[in-house]
Amino acid sequence: MMDILYFAWVRERIGVPRETVTTEAKTVNELVQELIAKEERYAAAFADISALRVALDQDLSDFDAPLDGVREVAFFPPMTGG
Amino acid sequence: MKIVVQEAPFDFAAEVEEFGQGRADMGAIVTFTGVVRDNDAGDLDAMEIEHYPGMTQKALEKIAADASARWDLGDVLIIHRYGRLEPGEKIMMVATSSPHRKDAFEAADFLMDYLKSRAPFWKKEHTGGDASWVDAKDSDEDALNRW
Repeated sequence: MMDILYFAWVRERIGVPRETVTTEAKTVNELVQELIAKEERYAAAFADISALRVALDQDLSDFDAPLDGVREVAFFPPMTGG
Repeated sequence: MKIVVQEAPFDFAAEVEEFGQGRADMGAIVTFTGVVRDNDAGDLDAMEIEHYPGMTQKALEKIAADASARWDLGDVLIIHRYGRLEPGEKIMMVATSSPHRKDAFEAADFLMDYLKSRAPFWKKEHTGGDASWVDAKDSDEDALNRW
């Protein structure tokens, strides 16, 4: 079981702020492919992953990172703080 | 180190006063305040700021710790708001104290560069019934290479 969180336009495109999934994905990229295969709204949100950032257990990470032991994955656009 | 993420406004003057209390060894305090800027047409209704509760505090603490490791600082303060803010409202502030001004200035500049693109905040502009997410700029990312 893994929690997936979405922020900003990724959240709006997918339509929910968070969900819990059961996945066999070994990397973030594999998880993204599973989500894209589920429904069109995921395909729309993940159409260009170069425009996205990912955090694993609340630390910035990469799309080729392994998901071993990860409980929370978050997808969002580049941050605009300050 | 004091890191605060809140929806409510903050009292800039009171924060700066408290920040400098009891630190006569600190010869310099530098502050920066970010304000919601109206657009060129002057019709920005509001700026909505979303964040990632849980990650935000951690990310800000890391940025402040990195600054403290790099410069000779007495203390660091970061306050960042979220929610719906109107033009002219203060979004955030940072303060740094140091025995000398160069460290305080550079550390404040560093904090701002990292806050822009490494703290999980996202801005959405509301203008005349429309709303659009603010895109990150390449120059924000390039700014990190200075350090």
